[in-house]
Amino acid sequence: MGKTLFDKVWDSHVVDTIENGPQILYIDKHLIHEVTSPQAFKELEERNIPIFRPDQIVATADHNTPTTNQHLPIKDELSRKQLEQLSENCKKNNITLYQLGHKNNGIVHVMAPELGFTQPGMTIVCGDSHTSTHGAFGSIAFGIGTSQVAQVFASQCLLLTKPKSLRVTVNGKLKNGVLPKDVILYIISKIGTNAGTGYFCEYAGEVFENMSMEGRMTVCNMSIEMGARGGMIAPDEITFEYVKGREFAPKGEDFKKKVSYWKTLPTDADALFDKEYHFDAKDIEPMLTYGTNPGMGIKISEYIPESSDASFEKSLAYMNFKKGDSLIGKPINFVFIGSCTNSRIEDFRVAANYIKGKQKANNVTAWLVPGSKQVETQIIKEGLKTIFNDAGFELRQPGCSACLAMNEDKIPQNEYCVSTSNRNFEGRQGQGSRTILASPLMAAATAIEGKIIDITKQLN
Amino acid sequence: MEKFKIVNSTAIPLEIENVDTDQIIPARFLKATDRKGFGENAFRDWRYHDNGTENTDFILNNSNYSGTILVAGNNFGCGSSREHAAWALTDFGFKVIVSSFFADIFKGNALNNGLLPVQVSEGFLKTLHKEIKNNPDIELTIDLESQIIAIKSLQLSENFEIDTYKKTCMINGYDDIDYLLSKKKSIVTFETTYKLHKN
Repeated sequence: MGKTLFDKVWDSHVVDTIENGPQILYIDKHLIHEVTSPQAFKELEERNIPIFRPDQIVATADHNTPTTNQHLPIKDELSRKQLEQLSENCKKNNITLYQLGHKNNGIVHVMAPELGFTQPGMTIVCGDSHTSTHGAFGSIAFGIGTSQVAQVFASQCLLLTKPKSLRVTVNGKLKNGVLPKDVILYIISKIGTNAGTGYFCEYAGEVFENMSMEGRMTVCNMSIEMGARGGMIAPDEITFEYVKGREFAPKGEDFKKKVSYWKTLPTDADALFDKEYHFDAKDIEPMLTYGTNPGMGIKISEYIPESSDASFEKSLAYMNFKKGDSLIGKPINFVFIGSCTNSRIEDFRVAANYIKGKQKANNVTAWLVPGSKQVETQIIKEGLKTIFNDAGFELRQPGCSACLAMNEDKIPQNEYCVSTSNRNFEGRQGQGSRTILASPLMAAATAIEGKIIDITKQLN
Repeated sequence: MEKFKIVNSTAIPLEIENVDTDQIIPARFLKATDRKGFGENAFRDWRYHDNGTENTDFILNNSNYSGTILVAGNNFGCGSSREHAAWALTDFGFKVIVSSFFADIFKGNALNNGLLPVQVSEGFLKTLHKEIKNNPDIELTIDLESQIIAIKSLQLSENFEIDTYKKTCMINGYDDIDYLLSKKKSIVTFETTYKLHKN
């Protein structure tokens, strides 16, 4: 029987297997940030254990950073201390850190791929559940807790039980106005938020084969929202082309050798999966969420479903939506384009393309937060910043920002926010805030109109 | 890590599905750089109104219920990988979380902190919720060695699964770092052969 992409990468990283227990999995790249690493550093220090492979660790500051005036000292004392702690820990342990203001600084899942740290066939971990993003390259990438961060610090390995395999195939051609974000929101709305728990997911089929690397990252990013520890897409020419020439990517002969190895990774034709789902691209429309988990999503043309389940009712009450309602026409005062899901240059191109020549609605506060310094620079270079400014939008500095509202970028109580981020949990974007997840196109359109519109009517 | 033995305790029924780690500990409380003190803000936005007063409708504020066991709803601990959620629950005083389904990362984090996730059938979970609400003083027993969760006074019980390795760790108070460090030699050998193979 053939092997899956996941099997091939996993099996090549197994150091040892404990009888009736987990396996020791070797980790190629360990990404860290300020929020989930300090306790791990402290633990090792207390136990007098050195960091085993500091050169395989890369650090960035992203979760708890301001998105304005980054050149000034951080006002919030706890936040400032957390960032200082990261700098100190990295310095002490010889770990590369892209701190606030550095040209390579950015959201960990935007920064690592754009610098070429993320490569096919690798195992990559980070104390952040959206580490699944890197699976877009055909790597095994997943989020870990802080105890596991300490384990990787100590041994460059993790003790893990091999997850089961799941494949989601989407064939056909996507309709106009349907973006990678809509594809993943559609999949989660169909299979639910725990369909992937215990599994690693592979996305296959024409839709993903024809998708750009940035689109693939958006899809893999949200694998965790269906419970899967990670998601992967087979590496192909699009992948190799993206990796080629990046700062930390292999060069010359080394790159060629790597490519020939990467070409062996895709799932064998006769490989079997523990679970499979199939969808048709023509059934997907621009998507919106109406509830408080990412599985509560509908197509723009659909109505909020009926259910008498208590958790469903609680969710709708929180959102102040009614069963059977359409979201079209709902007034919206906040729009956020950013997060590790949708803060790459293509996302801002989509938004700028729609916004160009239009004006933001007066009732809307719109925050555009690039995923990294490099994305920010590119936005300016391509003239997109001028388009945004002319239309009344605010381009802020890079960071996780209003996706988790750990910094000052919070959506006020009871306000709706059409957001390109990944989670619509209660209070996720600020206490009492109400998040509607959507693509950058839907978010841009909402900002212009001041309400939710059926974007397909304008496109077709 | 503390050794896990048998837990006999009353329990708190939290009948909500898909409880995500943002609810267990909201992001604005993740600025601390040590593991202590998160219990104070566990379920913060469900326990307190915005003006800081207690939300008396929330089960954790109901004085009828207490104990070191939280009997939650399906798909507990989904969302963010923040281990702060496990720290908040242990700091709050919980030793066991019962659910019909746990999110992967949360489950691992709990086990790494001596907090036992006990996965039961949907039916048994319903029974537990019903019996605890009938009688908040009813005692649950969680016996890790025999992998049994029970309400002895009602002769109700169910077996639960746990990875053998993790069970040994919980019972003896070992953690993965100890084990991984004992394997350093194999890891270094792996690195040498792995690098040769890949290039």
